Amino acid sequence: MRILVCVKRVPAPGAKINVTADGLAVDTQHLGFTTSPHEECALEEAVQVTEQYGGEVTVLTLGPVAAEEQLRYAASVGAHKLVLVPIEEVDWDPQRTAAALTSAIGDLEATDGAFDLLLFGNESADAGGFQVGVRVAHALGRPIVNGIKGIDVGDGPVTARREIDGGFEVYEVPTPAVLGVKEGINLPRYPTMKGRLASKKAELTTSEQVVDAGGQDRVRLHRPVEQVSETVILGEGPDAAAAVVDVLEELGVLA
Amino acid sequence: MSDFPERAKVVVIGAGIVGNCLVGHLARLGWTDLVLLDKGPLPNPGGSTGHASNFIFPVDHNKEMALLGEQSANQFRDLGLSVDSGGIEVARTEERMHELTRRMTSAKAWGIEAHLLTPAQVKELVPFVNEEVILGGFYSPTVSVVDSLETGTVMRKEAIETAGCQVFANTEVLDILTEDGPNEGDRTVTGVVTDKGTIEAEYVAIACGVWSNRIANMAGATIPLVPAVHQMADVGPLDVLAETNNEIGYPIVRDMDTFCYERQSAGSMEVGSYGHRPILHHPDEIPSNEEAALSPTEMPFTPDDFDAQMETAIELMDMLGDAEIKYAINGLLSMTPDTMPCLGETAEVRNLWSAAAVWVKEGPGMAQVVAEWMTYGYPRVIDAHGADVARFYDEERNDEHIWARADEHFNKTYGIVHPAEQWEGRRNLSVGPYFSRQEELGAMFFQARTWERPQWFESNADLVGRYGLEEREVEWDNRWWSPITTGEHLNLRENCGLVDLSAFQVYELEGPGAVEYADRLAVNKVDVPVGRSIYTPWLNADGGFHSDLTMMRLGEDRVRIVTGVFDGGRDSFWVRRHLPADGSVTYRNITRDVTTLGLWGPNAPAVLGQLTDHDLTQEGSPYGSVLDVVLDRGGTPVPVSLFRISYVGDTGWEVYTDWDNGPALWDSLMRAGADLGIRPTGGGVYGSSGRLEKGYRLMGAELESEYNPLEAGLARPRVKAADFIGKEAYLAARERGAPEVVMCTLTVEDLTDGQGRKRYMMGGNEPILTTDGDRITDSHGRVSRATSAGWGPSVGKHLLMAYLPNELAVPGTRLQVMYMNELYPVEVASTGAIFDPDDTRMKA
Repeated sequence: MRILVCVKRVPAPGAKINVTADGLAVDTQHLGFTTSPHEECALEEAVQVTEQYGGEVTVLTLGPVAAEEQLRYAASVGAHKLVLVPIEEVDWDPQRTAAALTSAIGDLEATDGAFDLLLFGNESADAGGFQVGVRVAHALGRPIVNGIKGIDVGDGPVTARREIDGGFEVYEVPTPAVLGVKEGINLPRYPTMKGRLASKKAELTTSEQVVDAGGQDRVRLHRPVEQVSETVILGEGPDAAAAVVDVLEELGVLA
Repeated sequence: MSDFPERAKVVVIGAGIVGNCLVGHLARLGWTDLVLLDKGPLPNPGGSTGHASNFIFPVDHNKEMALLGEQSANQFRDLGLSVDSGGIEVARTEERMHELTRRMTSAKAWGIEAHLLTPAQVKELVPFVNEEVILGGFYSPTVSVVDSLETGTVMRKEAIETAGCQVFANTEVLDILTEDGPNEGDRTVTGVVTDKGTIEAEYVAIACGVWSNRIANMAGATIPLVPAVHQMADVGPLDVLAETNNEIGYPIVRDMDTFCYERQSAGSMEVGSYGHRPILHHPDEIPSNEEAALSPTEMPFTPDDFDAQMETAIELMDMLGDAEIKYAINGLLSMTPDTMPCLGETAEVRNLWSAAAVWVKEGPGMAQVVAEWMTYGYPRVIDAHGADVARFYDEERNDEHIWARADEHFNKTYGIVHPAEQWEGRRNLSVGPYFSRQEELGAMFFQARTWERPQWFESNADLVGRYGLEEREVEWDNRWWSPITTGEHLNLRENCGLVDLSAFQVYELEGPGAVEYADRLAVNKVDVPVGRSIYTPWLNADGGFHSDLTMMRLGEDRVRIVTGVFDGGRDSFWVRRHLPADGSVTYRNITRDVTTLGLWGPNAPAVLGQLTDHDLTQEGSPYGSVLDVVLDRGGTPVPVSLFRISYVGDTGWEVYTDWDNGPALWDSLMRAGADLGIRPTGGGVYGSSGRLEKGYRLMGAELESEYNPLEAGLARPRVKAADFIGKEAYLAARERGAPEVVMCTLTVEDLTDGQGRKRYMMGGNEPILTTDGDRITDSHGRVSRATSAGWGPSVGKHLLMAYLPNELAVPGTRLQVMYMNELYPVEVASTGAIFDPDDTRMKA
């Protein structure tokens, strides 16, 4: 099975996220970078599928050249091929990103044949636009299901599961298909030392894409007002027990 | 906040291993009214303690680091928060195997159990080691793994319970308040401004780890350190480790030649490295607890820097290759310009203390050092001059210097560092006025803190032939050494030598109280006739050495102090720190206003006699006198002060002149001496061979705060009437009678090692042992070790200096010295000079 996973390089901040002076970006001066968590899970799922059924995992990202770090990381946990769509900026708007990825996927498929599955994260960890996977699927004319927390690839059709209140929706999807994966579908592995060292030798290709900007502009980032929660010490040791019971009763958790 | 204190006796900033242990030790010493602050939460406020690997390898060549490491390990043990895991330093190269024999020697010196292992023996202890890539190992069974966070918590609680210490987490220090004192540049700390309020304080101690310099800067003080990255990756799970059911079940392995370590942490292995490129950060770049993805000092891992270390780690332990990298950080720790910690009162602000650049492995011991220092005026547990934050010159306190030195040293953390090793960068910061002339003569410069001093001159290479000298057989012994230095020595004894002493640190005290104040600092009497000078120890309150130096009575109200370059920072601080508050004395540092040349040797009077008509006999220029003359015969007239003294054992003078006259003075003396055998002569003679033959003690080597003048053999028959610092303790020591140990000079009777090669000890704490091979210690636990060593060309023996118990300090006593894990026979030669013991040459 040939699977393409699209990932995005995003900052790894702490609890407090600083915004640059112009208000247009997260200040990443002292931050490390990672792959969006949903996409890490998508990658893990792809690697597990190919480990079980054979095939190949290609990882595609659109980002600055520094995004090679995320591609190499993907290789260190089992991806086979790495493709970078380099951009000068840190990020593009969702329409433009989708157009570039669609074009890049077209180029890859023209050379090596169609992918059976295109996996996206449900949404990116930084911009959270929820758009790119849907736009790419639409442009390629392929079915897409989002919010996926289970993928089964067997002899029959691919099935994908999505969590709903009290259960799952199960989709049978004809391939080639696009799935938006959510964190929780699996527990992504860490790279091994040998995997990390091997990833440095993995082939990385660059796919230049020239596409026009889309219609979405970022005006300004606002940091939400900090939620300050109050800590009340109810007492120390056994003396506090009665107060604890009162609070639990107030919360309605004691019958 | 109503319960936030408005005043306290002591505010300690920083609740890592050091700050917590500091309040604990202060409480044990009887201090009360303590406040401990930290910007972060407890028990892990986010500093380096929180991500430390928490192991202690007790063997170190450096005495302070070794003994305080051991002291710290024992404090962790006493609290039951330590496990002796054992540890092995493995060698992949022959050079490292040689270094391990040096480690064995240091282990013997400090009384720490250690064994050299074959690769197979290493594998027996650590079965997952690939014995094929190593040549051997150095095993310390008492390597320990400690719980630093819990130790901090326990010490803090002890301070809370016994001394009422108040603790405020999540409290950020915004400023440190000071007030000016009566003397110029004299400032005293008065309090701390925090985001919860201001606390007036008598003492403030900075134990802020990587942030310490930034906090000190708030008070206009400096603690020269820089946060540096130490990469660490936690890989696992590994069955062989998990099966131990233990936090640590196997000895820690230090893969010394790849600068890595592998330390079990429960089911996984921590692989740490000092092998990656140096990565330094400014404290302002460290994120806050809120901004940090992990903790502030666990910076984002940069995997590209770690790849080479991973490869070598897998070479040593193949199983690591398939283990997952679960957690990896660029952990921050503190590095200083000279690799030593920063302890003691800051040089700039009175009562503002530094307890910084301390790693977990020496945390509790160094906290004790600072607590004792605050209590007694000097630490009792050990002499801490090497860690004294006052040691730095101004040129060593800026970021450019700190960063460059940390950058150069980082990869030497596990390196093989020769005792005489020179820095490559940041050279020529302070040079004498003769520098260009010395460069032309092929001077090999050694740097003393910031000062460049010629160690020998290639222009004297002909002396090697003249005296039939040879290189040393073993490269290690020959490194940073040259037979030219022996040639310069023999020439000085035969003719004369000219020694650049520009690095002398020179201060002047002036004013109606100058002589009285000078007498308060010195053991010996400074109130001598104008024109006389004295050599004298300075003591601390406990009666141990703070310094030894010369003081010259240059006028009724004027005293000059001349001290060595290694101690200039500490001595200048000491003088300023004790200056009378009544304005009766002013202090001036005139180091760069005057320059000094030493002219010594039997021909010295004849050389000087070419330049002046003054009577230069012992009548006209007696030993110990200072005589102002103008060298006006031939060339440019140069006004000089002739100080008749000698540190090398031959007659002559320290010749002082204005800095700008230096080149003319050099040229005049070299010209006048041309037919009298004068040679430029380096520090190899002045600081080593010449002084060792005379048994002259050196501050920081023979002279430490742990020893007093009686033990050093520097006590005079009588004690002056005037009061001086340390007098009470000194008198008490005299009343106790003969000292328990005495400084001796020993000769090595056979330098041949097991391979038939001549070896030369370097004075790097090589232990002096009985003929049975046992260590020699006294009732205070002080160990007999070579404090200095060097070849004595005029006595034809290799010389060692060491304190020995009274009963052994008898000429003719046969003992042994260990060097590179081999034993050599030595004999006690003297408690004084072995060359010209009656000083007839000096007083000729």
